[in-house]
Parts: sequence; structure tokens; C-alpha cells
Amino acid sequence: MKKTLLLIAAIVLAVGLAACGSKTNNSGTTGGSTSTNTQNGGGDSTAGGGSAADSGTKLSGSILAAGSTALQPLAEQVSKEFMAEPDYSGITVQVQGGGSGTGLTQVAGGQVQIGNSDIFAEEKFKDADADQAKALVDHTVAVVAMATVVNKDVTVDNLTKQQLVDIFTGKVTNWKDVGGPDEKITLVNRPSSSGTRATYEKFALGTKSEDIPGSIQEDASGTVKKLVSETKGAIGYLALSYLDDSVKTVKYEGVDPTEDNVITGKYPVWAYEHMYTKGEPAPEVKAFLDYMMSDKIQNGDVVQLGYIPVTKMQVKRDAAGSVSK
Amino acid sequence: MNAKLADRIATAVIYAISGLIVCVLLGLLGYIVIRGIGHISFHFLTAEPETIKAGGGIGPQLFNSVFLLFLTMVITIPIGLGAGIYMSEYAKPGRITDGIRLIVEVLSSFPSIVVGLFGLLVIVNVFGLGFSLLSGALALAVFNLPLMVRLTEQAVRGVPREQKEASLALGLSRWKTIVSVMLPIAMPNIVTGTILAAGRVFGEAAALLFTAGMSSPRLDFTDWNPLSPFSPLNPMRPAETLAVHIWKINSEGLAPDASQIAAGASAVLILMVLLFNLGARWIGRLLYRKFTATK
Amino acid sequence: MEVSGRSSFKPHIVEEWVGKVYTILCVFVLVVTIAAMVYFVASRGLSTFITNGVSLAGLLSGLKWDPDGDPALFGALPFIFGSFATSLLAAAIAAPLGCCAAVFMTQILPGVGKKFMQPVIELLAGIPSVVFGFVGLSIVVPVLRAVFPGQGIGIAAGAIVLSIMILPTITTIAADALASLPFGLREGSFALGATRWQTIWRIVIPTALPSLLTGVVLGMSRAFGEALAVQMVIGNAPHIPRSLFESASTLTSVITLDMGNTIMGSAHNNALWSLALILLLMTFVFVFVVRMLERRSVR
Repeated sequence: MKKTLLLIAAIVLAVGLAACGSKTNNSGTTGGSTSTNTQNGGGDSTAGGGSAADSGTKLSGSILAAGSTALQPLAEQVSKEFMAEPDYSGITVQVQGGGSGTGLTQVAGGQVQIGNSDIFAEEKFKDADADQAKALVDHTVAVVAMATVVNKDVTVDNLTKQQLVDIFTGKVTNWKDVGGPDEKITLVNRPSSSGTRATYEKFALGTKSEDIPGSIQEDASGTVKKLVSETKGAIGYLALSYLDDSVKTVKYEGVDPTEDNVITGKYPVWAYEHMYTKGEPAPEVKAFLDYMMSDKIQNGDVVQLGYIPVTKMQVKRDAAGSVSK
Repeated sequence: MNAKLADRIATAVIYAISGLIVCVLLGLLGYIVIRGIGHISFHFLTAEPETIKAGGGIGPQLFNSVFLLFLTMVITIPIGLGAGIYMSEYAKPGRITDGIRLIVEVLSSFPSIVVGLFGLLVIVNVFGLGFSLLSGALALAVFNLPLMVRLTEQAVRGVPREQKEASLALGLSRWKTIVSVMLPIAMPNIVTGTILAAGRVFGEAAALLFTAGMSSPRLDFTDWNPLSPFSPLNPMRPAETLAVHIWKINSEGLAPDASQIAAGASAVLILMVLLFNLGARWIGRLLYRKFTATK
Repeated sequence: MEVSGRSSFKPHIVEEWVGKVYTILCVFVLVVTIAAMVYFVASRGLSTFITNGVSLAGLLSGLKWDPDGDPALFGALPFIFGSFATSLLAAAIAAPLGCCAAVFMTQILPGVGKKFMQPVIELLAGIPSVVFGFVGLSIVVPVLRAVFPGQGIGIAAGAIVLSIMILPTITTIAADALASLPFGLREGSFALGATRWQTIWRIVIPTALPSLLTGVVLGMSRAFGEALAVQMVIGNAPHIPRSLFESASTLTSVITLDMGNTIMGSAHNNALWSLALILLLMTFVFVFVVRMLERRSVR
């Protein structure tokens, strides 16, 4: 007992000393490296617009983006590369999650410069809040498509719109009614506030799904995938980037949920990822958004992370959901 | 005879249940540690997390957890000590004191999610601190304060009356008596309790989702100027702690080794809590020896 | 009432004064914190009733939760039911186990209990809730799914995970209560020829009962407010489930799921704040019950 205690003491002491050592070393060398940052330092999240004006040639300032957890991995990845570019080294970009609602609330309230959202602001700001959506400027930066997925024991390969509606509204509760095995259907839905669910309902079902008793609701794609892969007879929907061989992907009206089918408009279950700004973006925010839309990012990170480049899309969509070429 | 039989059976049952509990607990700890320990390496503990590639680490998250804990303690300890001393030494029995005690009790049993929401509403939005380490630390301080107050109150109350009276009799002021006579005696208990409470703060996630945020900006570990936005020490930057990171990669992790990272991070978290517990006991004993001059 | 009266030196008085003001300020911070919390949560939570015109009775007794529907429905009864069901069930599982462990630690083998069991249980108290949820989803849910009909997810899974989480609270408080019983109590009973079990069952436990119950209530209140672990294993369907193994929701789980996705100030968001307000009020109820129990145990 005593020996173990001594050992732990020694470790703690060693770690402590090491920490102290490295700290003093570093503080000695900080002088030079921080000088570029000090003028816009303080980390003040609202510093945005003001500090950019005083440096004519090189943009500087700090950008805070918050919102959608589905867009967060992409935004984070791009922000890292953005800040690594020598031209933009004076700009800091910080990306936060929190959900689409938080993102829109905060960008409308001015706490962040960019509000990330899975759905159009018009769909979230309803009724009394509708005016707030008008002040926001939409920047669609990527497209995300959702595929219907089922547990591997389900033999069904294709589901029609009507079949999906029947399943998600509780009219059909057994797989044998849609050509599968005699097995109970377990719904793995998203919570009613979820942007992913709103997209799926709007473009795959064309109607609201019911929160039928016994359906599971999870917001997190990882959890949805885990539950669908483990629960017999389960059905759910996932963004393309989360698909792997633990779940089975089902065709929608005979169309495979592939990138090509989304681009050409054959597969309808997709939505934009939005970055909202309040009014026209400040120069440094605009620089970031432009960077986001550059070919390098659109054909690089966007594809790698499983999104679809918005620049490639051959069809367009507006907030009401109507599609144009 | 019957009574003796009942005694034997009952004893056996209690043994069995206690054994079962210990087995479940050890099994649980073992499961978490064994699943994760294979993934822990120096690289894992220090590297930056990766979004899509395998092989990401938890370095910034680990640092954030420790730093956030430190910030929380900087806020809680002075206030908690002060309020605890007030409750044990200055408060006169009566309605107001009862009321304060009730407040401490209620504060300590608030659900963490409500504290997190309060943080989001007031600290993040109204005060405009944004998603930052400071917001997180303030929210955590709301949990930790009542624990600290109760701890201090009990520890100070536990000081033998004779020592307090002797000091007062020597002409020391009441405050001086508290600071230089009573606090040192109460210190071992306070320190032990504080470290145990720290272990709990270390694993908190629900309140931090809404306050400290879910991402870690690029950190420059050579930059120790607290005002620089890349500095790890800047309290105004958003910070994702280890517990929040586990939550995030479990829910939206895209990296192919997300589940291993979650397992490894869980094991690290448990081992840290273990370290806190052992550390609390050891330091408590050490301080006790030092202040009481016993061997 | 203090020696340091008017006749003392001046620095003395200043020191005394500074100390007093400092400690009072600290207490003041506590009071302000709680006042701010109650005020802000209530102001948000009550706006459901004031601005959105939802009736209190409708919220508390409504069975259908469809905040984005037309018309929007705010029936929170399924969540209230879910919260009570999981926390009561968790307490029902954890209370006998915790008391048993406490009896073992204090009455049967105090040596082993102090040296071995107590540290293990204290360690358990430090396991983060995220990790509990993670373990619940990887062990408890698959096991339940294999053994019982249904999805494995649901109130039973939530209650099991919670019962392990609150076990340390109950055990620690019960062990403290049993250890602080008057020394002569047990000896007297033994001297009268009672067996150990008779002593424990007829003397020790009845005497310590109010304190044991305090532990159980505190455990329950922790279970009631736990969010992340429960949310991961309960399934989150906004309905009163037909069995223990069917997807259900709690107040905390619906808040965790929906809060980030809704716009601050919208009806949906306000309704979530109302749920948070219910949680807050339940905290007061739990504290009140604990106080009643403590008053009884003092007597």
C-alpha cells in the first residue's frame, strides 16, 4: 500500500515538474511568435467587423460560426485549412456545434458571424419570428443527401414513396406487407425538431411522419446507425457520409442514393447545408465563405467528408422546396 | 434454532449481494479500461483529433479538461471557502441561516442539464461570453460551489473547540483565528473533499454542451499568452472537454476509428478519476501529518 | 459577543471587518446565483403559458407532444411519466442493493468494507454519465434485447443504467447513517440474545430508516435530473410506453434532443423551457422531502 502510494507520488511529482519546466521554457520563447496576433487579440468574439477595417492589405479579425452538428465536421476542417493559408493568417475562425436552431438564433442575435443550418431559415423562423429570417443572407455551401437504411436481415431492396409513407405513419407495421420477411418494423426516426427529419419528411415522404408509439428517436447519426444495425427489422435514414456495410441501403422509387443521382436531380432526398450571415458578410467573413466555395474545398474536403459539392449540382431548390434546373 | 438459521441465510444473502455489487462495479470499470487501454498511447494522448482520418488523438481535449477544471477551481475555491466559513462561524442560527442552507442544498441538487441551459441563456447569450472556457467554468462553478460550501462548513465545524478558544483567549481576532488556526486544521478534509469533487467536475458533459461548446479551435502550444486567440490559456476560446468529446464522436463521429477513440477516451477519463481519488486520499493524509505533526 | 471589541487595535478591527464582509459577499454570490437561475428559467418557462397560450393543465395532462404540428400540441405527460417511471424504478433497484452493501460495510465486515468496498463505490461515483450511457448502449440494451421481447431500449434500460449511477449515493449515505448509530444499540440487542440478523433487521434498520430513505430520495433526485446517459438508452418516443422495453422519453431526454435544434423564443423552444422549469420545481420537491426525512431522523 505504502509503496504504491510512493510510486504515485513520484509520478505526480514528475508530471508536475515536467509541466512546470515546459511552461517556463515556452514562456521564454513567446515574445516573437505572438506579436502578429496581439492587436486583434483578446479573443473577443464580437471583434469581427471593427478590426478588419484598419488593415488595408491583409484581412484580419475573428469569425465565430455555430450551429448544425451535421455541417460542423466540414466547417471545422475547412477552417483549419483556411487559417493555414498565408493570405488569411490574420483571421481566426472558430466553429461550434449546438444545433441548427442555436446557430440561427445566435446569428440573428449577432453573437456569431456565421450561423450553420441544415434547413432554410424560413422554415425555422415561423409566425411571429418570420421577420428575423429576412435579415439573414443565405450561403449554401454543400449538399447533403439522406438514404433510407434498414437492418441487414430485411430483404427489401426498394421502397416506393407510398410504402415509406405507410411505414413512417404506422399504417404498415410488418415487413411482409412491403415484400419483406414476416418481421415487425422498428422505426428509428429523428426528433421532431431535427433538420434531417424535416428534409426526409419533405422530400422522401412528402408528408409529416407520425411519432408512432414504440418508434425510437435519436438525433445523432452515429447512434441511429448503431441502432439500425443492431435491431432486427429496423428502418431509419442516414446522411450518405455515415453509410457503411453495417447497415443496408434501400433504393427510393428504384433510384440508388448515389452522388450522381443527387447531382442530376434523380434522387430527391437531399438538402443544402447553409451558412447564414446577418446582412451582407464583413470582408473577412466573405473571404471565408469564398474559400468555402473554391474548387479546392468543394472538390476536396466536401467530397472527402461525404457531402456533395454545391457547385456541381445541376438542379436548384428554394425554401419552398420547388426544384429548378 | 430458527433464528440462527435465518441469521445464516440473511448473512449469506448479504454476502452474495455485496459480492455481486463489487463484481458489477469492478466488471464495469474493467470493461471500460480494458476496452480502451489498448488504444492509449503517447500519440493518442497528445495528438490533435482527426475529422475523417483514423489515428486522431485527444490532446487538446485532455488539456481543455484539465484547464477547465483549474478555472472552475479558481472560481469556486475562494467563494466556497468564504461562504463555508460564514456558515460555520458567523451565521447565527435563525431563519436566514436556514434559508441559506436550503439554497446550498437546492443548488447542489439541480440537474446538470438545467444548469447548462441556464448557462446558455445567461452566461453565453445575455452576458455575451459566447461558447468559451469561461462560460463552462462558470456553469461548472454552479455545481461545485454548494459542494465546496458544505465541505468547508463541515471541516471548519470539526475543528476542536479548545483550539479555537485558546486562540481567541490569546487575543487574536476572530478572522485571524479562523485563517491561521482553524483553517490549517480543517485543511486536510477540505483538500480531500475538493479533489473528490474535482473528479466529478472532470467528467461533466451535459452542462458543457451548451456552455463551453463542442469544438476545439486550433491551439498553438508554444503560445502561452492568455490574450492570444490561439493560446491554450485564453479563457475566452471555445473548448471541448474529454467528456464532451466522447459524446460528440459517439453521436456524429466520422472517423473510421471513432469507436476506438471513444473507448480510449473513456478509459483515460476513468483513469483520471481514479488518479483523483487516490491523490485525494494521499494528499489528505500528507496534509494531516504536516498540520498535526503526528507520525 | 466577541472579544475584539472597541478597545482593540485598529488593524484588528479592520481585519475582522474585512473577513466578515468577504464571507458575507461569498454567501451573497450563492443567493444571487440561485435567484438568477430561478428567475431566468421561470421567465422562459412561463412564456409558454403567457405568450403561446398553452394552458398549464394542458401541458401537464396532455398526451400528445407535437410542437411543430398544426395545431401545435404540447402534452408533456409522457415525459413526466417517463421521468418518474425511470427514477422510481432505478431507486427500487438501487435501494435494496445499496442498503445491503451498507449493512455489509458497517455491520458484517467493517474492515473489508472500509478498506476495499468504500473506495470502489466512491470511484463509481466519479464515472462520468457519458461513459455510463456509452456502456448502457453497448451492454445493457443488447442484453435486454436478447432476453426480453422488444427493442431493448426503453424504461428498463434507462432504469438499470440509472440504478448503477445512483448506487454510490445511496450506499454512502446509508453507510454513514448505519455507522453513526449509538454504540450501545447493537451491544444491547446482542446481550439480549438476538442474532446478528435479528439485530440488523429489527433494531439497526428501523432506527436508521429515515436516513436510509434520505439516501434513496437523494439518489432518485439525481436519477430524475440525469440527462445524457438516459437519453442514449431510452429511445425518446414521445409516448407513454406500453411495456418497460418500449421506447419512451423523459423530461431531460427531450430537452437534450430538441433544445439545440429550436429557435430561441419559438413556441417549441419555450415549451422545452417549461419542461426545464418542471425539473427545477421537482428539485425543490426532492429537497423538501429530504428535509422532512431529516427532521424525523433528528427526533
